[in-house]
Amino acid sequence: MSFASATMAPLPAHLRDPAARRRATVLAVALLVLWPLLVLAEFKPWQLLATGNLEVMANFLAGFLPPAMSADFLALLWKATLETLAIATAGVALAFVVAVPLAVIATRALAVARIGPGPGRTAGAAVRTTARALMTVLRAIPEVVWALVFVRALGLGPGAGVLALAVTYGGMLGKVYTEILESGDTRSARALLEAGSTRLGALFYALVPSTAQELASYTVYRWECAVRASVVMGFVGAGGLGQLMDQSMKMLNGGEASTILLTFLALVIVADTLSAVIRRVLA
Amino acid sequence: MNGLRLEGAGLVHGNGHRALNNIALALGGGERVAVIGPSGAGKTTLVRVLGTSLRPSEGRLFVDDDDPWRLGAGALRRLRARIGVVHQSPPIPPRLRVVTAVLAGRLGSWPAWKSLASLVVPGDAAGARAALDRLDLGERVFDRCDRLSGGQLQRVGIARVLYQRPAFILADEPVSALDPALADLSVGTLVAESEERGATLVASLHAVDLALKWFPRLIGMKGGAIVFDRPTAAVTTSMLHELYATEGRALPRQGVEPIDAAGRPANVVVLKRPGCQ
Repeated sequence: MSFASATMAPLPAHLRDPAARRRATVLAVALLVLWPLLVLAEFKPWQLLATGNLEVMANFLAGFLPPAMSADFLALLWKATLETLAIATAGVALAFVVAVPLAVIATRALAVARIGPGPGRTAGAAVRTTARALMTVLRAIPEVVWALVFVRALGLGPGAGVLALAVTYGGMLGKVYTEILESGDTRSARALLEAGSTRLGALFYALVPSTAQELASYTVYRWECAVRASVVMGFVGAGGLGQLMDQSMKMLNGGEASTILLTFLALVIVADTLSAVIRRVLA
Repeated sequence: MNGLRLEGAGLVHGNGHRALNNIALALGGGERVAVIGPSGAGKTTLVRVLGTSLRPSEGRLFVDDDDPWRLGAGALRRLRARIGVVHQSPPIPPRLRVVTAVLAGRLGSWPAWKSLASLVVPGDAAGARAALDRLDLGERVFDRCDRLSGGQLQRVGIARVLYQRPAFILADEPVSALDPALADLSVGTLVAESEERGATLVASLHAVDLALKWFPRLIGMKGGAIVFDRPTAAVTTSMLHELYATEGRALPRQGVEPIDAAGRPANVVVLKRPGCQ
């Protein structure tokens, strides 16, 4: 009784949360926006449960069993796995080379001209905007499209996949590195810049030490995404597990496809473990 | 003229708050000054303006007769390498090792290759250790900063500036997290460093007793303006009490001893520096 009356009684004015009205509005707007989007995307999950559809899906999935385990296929699979790992690793390594300079240029926390502001602030802002725009362009075009372009230039094979990853992932890594570098405590970088340090000094003595874990785990996650992306690119002829999967699907060999999917699962687990180990080392 | 000079300097923060109002100040090369005053008096802002971290909204700053805000980017960077700032809360990433945090003091003068190589193998561990030893912290040279207490970290921040060897040492409440004995040691070390190398030292201090003991010149600030600026010997008890009128009857001090009826710390004679008039 006393509890009920305590909770039901209106709060005195000075205890009312001034942010409550705004939050409720944001929530209502979010729901209002989301609903037409779901309609537009033809999101009708109940159709999955219609009898005919369930049967079709079941038959499709049944074709995947049992996984193919013949020695010939496993040898092919092994070679394709190595190729995929090579594409993903080389692609992310090149993307890293593209991303780091762009991120260092675009990070506001490393801009010494912003202190004061001092000399070169206009030029600095222009250069930062240019770097951000470049990263946007690089990542706006999907890697599959880049792969199609590069396959035409370089012919079928992993080379096109590597370049496609380098371009798209360069843009993504650069953007997220910039945001991670600015999400930490940027006072330490500013203090070094104010003591005459260069941009690189402030980067390595202040920003990287405070964000190393996040930088590493995002990079490994991108490597994991690159492994998956290489499948899609394989479909357009960029080599690796994707190309193998494409052939298996075309020959309606579900068993082979499921073995390939299991390989993906294993690779994702490897990436996850790697990420955990690196985070522990950097902790 | 060597030293630091402010001419009619004022500062209005981005949010419209006026932190400094018409400050005129001249500090000769090698001079030692303490800035005292209640919280919110503008002490930190003054230190940041002197350290070229904030650009004055009005008036001008001169460092050795150069207006830093009219220099080119390269010259400004070289000038900043000659200014060392001890921050109240040390801006040091917790994952950094103490040795790296101290060596970072010379990033402004080291070439890039040396800065990068020093991340792998400390470029001057002996130098870092020597700076830490002066603050009774030498043992912790290879520890990570997140293993240190707040007071130890504050001393790492002081050691970084000692290692930097700047011509101008600016300290913003450098001993706020230290107990009285360590606070005394740390301020004494900064003063000794200034004497040995002829470096100008400006320290904002909340503790009046430390200011009286170590500094020949005191600047009292209140409400963003300078209330008094005179030799320590000429600062009277009533001036101090008037400065801190809003903070109650007792003067803020680092020491734990009770304050005497006259306002001056009872042990001010004991604390008085040997040979200091």
